[in-house]
Amino acid sequence: MVFVDSYPKTSKLVRSEFIVAFAALGIGALFGVIQALHRTGVFRGFVSSADYYTILTAHGVLLALVFTTFFIAGLFTWAVASSLERELPHRIAWTAFWIMLTGTALAAVAILGGLFGAPSVFGHSLSADVLFTFYAPMKAHPAFYIGAALIIVGSWIAGAAYFKALWEWREDNPDERIPLQTFMVLTTMLMWYISTIGVAVEVVVFLIPWSLGLIQNVDPLLTRTLFWYFGHPVVYFWLMPAYLVWYTILPKLAGGRLFSDPLARVVFVAFLLLSTPVGFHHQYVDPGIPEGYKFIAMTNTMFLLLPSLLTAFTVVASLEHGARQNGGSGYLSWLRSLPWDKPAFSGCALAGLMFAAGGFSGMINAGMNINYLIHNTIWVPGHFHLTVGTAFALTAMAISYWLVPQITGKPLRQRSLAVIQPYVWFVGMALMSNAMHRAGLAGIPRRTAEPTYDEFAFQGVAGTVAEMRLQIAIGGFLLFVGAALFLVVMADTLLARRGGTLSVNGTIPAPLSGPEHSPRILDNYKLWTAIALLLIVIAYGPPLASMVVDGLFAPGSPPIPV
Amino acid sequence: MQVHRFEKVWLGAALLLIVGFIATVAYGSVGVGVAMVDDSGGQINAQAVQSGNTGTPFDDPGVVQESEDHYVVYVVARQFQFVPGSGDDPIRVPADARVTFRVTSADVVHGFSVVETNINTMVIPGQVSEVSARFDEPGTYGLVCHEYCGAAHHTMGGSVEVVPTDEYESQQQQSMNETQLQSPEVGN
Repeated sequence: MVFVDSYPKTSKLVRSEFIVAFAALGIGALFGVIQALHRTGVFRGFVSSADYYTILTAHGVLLALVFTTFFIAGLFTWAVASSLERELPHRIAWTAFWIMLTGTALAAVAILGGLFGAPSVFGHSLSADVLFTFYAPMKAHPAFYIGAALIIVGSWIAGAAYFKALWEWREDNPDERIPLQTFMVLTTMLMWYISTIGVAVEVVVFLIPWSLGLIQNVDPLLTRTLFWYFGHPVVYFWLMPAYLVWYTILPKLAGGRLFSDPLARVVFVAFLLLSTPVGFHHQYVDPGIPEGYKFIAMTNTMFLLLPSLLTAFTVVASLEHGARQNGGSGYLSWLRSLPWDKPAFSGCALAGLMFAAGGFSGMINAGMNINYLIHNTIWVPGHFHLTVGTAFALTAMAISYWLVPQITGKPLRQRSLAVIQPYVWFVGMALMSNAMHRAGLAGIPRRTAEPTYDEFAFQGVAGTVAEMRLQIAIGGFLLFVGAALFLVVMADTLLARRGGTLSVNGTIPAPLSGPEHSPRILDNYKLWTAIALLLIVIAYGPPLASMVVDGLFAPGSPPIPV
Repeated sequence: MQVHRFEKVWLGAALLLIVGFIATVAYGSVGVGVAMVDDSGGQINAQAVQSGNTGTPFDDPGVVQESEDHYVVYVVARQFQFVPGSGDDPIRVPADARVTFRVTSADVVHGFSVVETNINTMVIPGQVSEVSARFDEPGTYGLVCHEYCGAAHHTMGGSVEVVPTDEYESQQQQSMNETQLQSPEVGN
């Protein structure tokens, strides 16, 4: 039975969440190509260099916060309903959806106001050119902070719906192991609850009252530390859903089954434990933070490589198993027996491949001293366009080709466009990201409209600056084409009338090694949450205490509108 | 729990890689002496930096010779320039001497990086960033604000001129003499 017929209410919810996510993707991708052409100097006619930062803020917020959170909400809603075989508590889930949508609208209006002369609204100029990280004391319109807070609060409520579904399921199934997909969703949400406390405190306790003029000053170091308490785990909030897809759906698409259910659980528990006490690795070169705390964060970060390295093994092993089921043989020639013409498969597989490259550049970022060379250079966006921009985004697009037919009952339309789309994305990202990494080695900064200076000129390392610019521009353009192809396929499929038979189904074959082989303690959420909190107290307790001991708002900075 | 033999080997190799990374970073800091930017610079009142009455050398930023082989460069980062550093006011330091940059912000968060060197720090209002370096090669180095700081962020650059030691000392002497000529009461 097709998912939409089994769970019509949940399907409607997933569709709504996906539609918001896709709209954000479209606008975000358009803003992305504007930046790629602007900062490389290929074409600067869309916006002024001052408005570039409005576009950059919108690109970051729409893609890294709105697209991700709404898509993840949709994917998780499907995964919980499908693996627990029940409709989700829809009143809670719809409340979450509307709160997140309200937050998105507030934040988007605040940001885009910057393109329309920042008119005064409720006594504050309507703009939020503060980028995705909104470091104080740059001040945005209060609506921006309130909107961001609502998106987070909405995601918390969405999580409550997943937990409620589990408790209902538990009453009917007192002795069964939590199904793997639900286990992954809930572990991710626990990580999310713990890590979003940081940004929630930053925004609700400090930035909202400060932007409204209720408090005079905030401590820029404290607020950025609270941001990065959240700012690294958020990347695992993007990544873990991609892992959910790679572990539970990709092996089936490859023609086989998951290698090991127990190790998948171990990996997710490791993320719950280690995702948060690492945030100082974004602050390696911050003043005011003793070196010892940075060293602890560095060590935790390196151990956080372990679950990803284990994932690389399991995913590749599952693919190889699938390929051999399809008749593949040899050491590497089994790769030819994978369904590279199926976009759901090829997109996930290419995303995984690029994530490996992104993982390696991430190891450089994590290396506390070598980070000096690349900190805040364009190397960093080169890195995260491989991770969130491909490992997450391309997986999300690819799995939509498989999932959207099941939540609509409509076969995928424009199949030929869908088949080439992952390759377009892959080539575009390969061009853009390699050039960004190399430009970063030359010291070219990120987050700038015009990376050229009166006082000196950059010298290319491993290539010329002009060649890198060209690759970034062409790559950025191809990525825009890739996003557009995806949206055409989705729009045509969603708007089509129901009819025809689906070539996909949601049955997930049992893993080669099932949950019965794993110790029950893995499903003990209380234990893992307690250990995760303990690690956070160790990593964050002393530095946060030293920042607030001299006063919560000191050393203080008054707001500076931008 | 059942773990496949290959997976055990992979797990072992992964752990080895991780421990190896941590060991190289530890060696870099203990053995080679790559120090991290930390809290050594202390705190400062950002609004006092803005109005120039901190009672510290940040009120009149520039290069101060601490000892024969040690120069301290006080830099104020503000929207959208480094003082000194930007435009026709480069930071001038001698080669082969210990140079400590003390950088702070008068307004928002900035970045301070000397291109293609390990000098790279955030500049946060209320904090003083402290980075020490030794330039082996004389020449002009690019200086970049690498954190978005407002609408004209992209114009915020500068340069560091590293001059050979003897040349630096004679120029220093010359400019001191000039200062004395103009205002004899300053100079000593």
